[in-house]
Amino acid sequence: MFDQIAMVVLGLISLAAAIYAMYAKRVLSAVIASGVISLMASIMFLIAAAPDVAMTEATIGAGLTTVIFLYALKHIRSRKGDKHD
Amino acid sequence: MIKYILIVAAILGFAWLLLPLARDFQVAEELPPLASEYVQGSPRDLNMPNVVTAVVVTYRGLDTLGEVSVLFLATAGIGYFLKRRHHRKHERTPGSEIMRTGAKFLVPMIMVLGIYIFSHGHLSPGGGFQGGVVIASGILMLIMAEVQFEVSHRLLHWSESISGIAYVSLGLAGLILIGMNHFLDPRFWAAGPYLALFSAGAVPVIYSLIGIKVGSELASVLASIQDEGEEV
Repeated sequence: MFDQIAMVVLGLISLAAAIYAMYAKRVLSAVIASGVISLMASIMFLIAAAPDVAMTEATIGAGLTTVIFLYALKHIRSRKGDKHD
Repeated sequence: MIKYILIVAAILGFAWLLLPLARDFQVAEELPPLASEYVQGSPRDLNMPNVVTAVVVTYRGLDTLGEVSVLFLATAGIGYFLKRRHHRKHERTPGSEIMRTGAKFLVPMIMVLGIYIFSHGHLSPGGGFQGGVVIASGILMLIMAEVQFEVSHRLLHWSESISGIAYVSLGLAGLILIGMNHFLDPRFWAAGPYLALFSAGAVPVIYSLIGIKVGSELASVLASIQDEGEEV
């Protein structure tokens, strides 16, 4: 029973993060919200007794993908700065 | 207005498409025959408690080889598109005090955790891909914290190529030593005692090689992105 309640709560949090990522004013907040979705998904995999998949989701989805989005964001900003200077 | 109607129509179409999945769902009481064969065969034939690793490395070993090659091709593509166009060095912003102290403290532990995950993939959850990503994230932490830290692309290149070649030759060793239809079969290696580190034939070696390969590939991707992001 606790598992089902936790699943529903985590699903609602990831839905809220997804909607926030769509409507967020700053791109940085949207990137972090997408990382939150991956983190919630990895906890859900852990509850569903799939620790291998949970580990992959946490390292790749929440870790590497977020970092690569952040690097891309930084790159776009430095390009924009060059044009204006 | 038309846009919103189309969006709602698309969502309803998806719901209609996925409705049979939800309607016909019933909790399975027993495993399907293929899955129960995997679950029973993994400790019996391969001496391996972690069924997921048994499936990934042995029963579906060819798929894993394909996955590793896809990752290699993706890395090669990224390396090609992010190659350095100018060799001008730019000032890297150093990490903050917290970042540098934390990196000194955490990076060795992250590395050990990654090595643990990929060398114990046949005993506990995890494996080559997860351990490789953990090692790459440790290297990323070093890149972000220390200004003078330079990733040696030559070292990454060599460790990646050697582990890839060794992985394929271990697969070929199964083909030669056991016989036809045994490509990537780890049983040519002595099985060893149950639950020991070297216990499931060649699986710990194969998964360690995959871990080194994935870790060096992802570290080289992160280093290329960092270099490309720095220059103008």
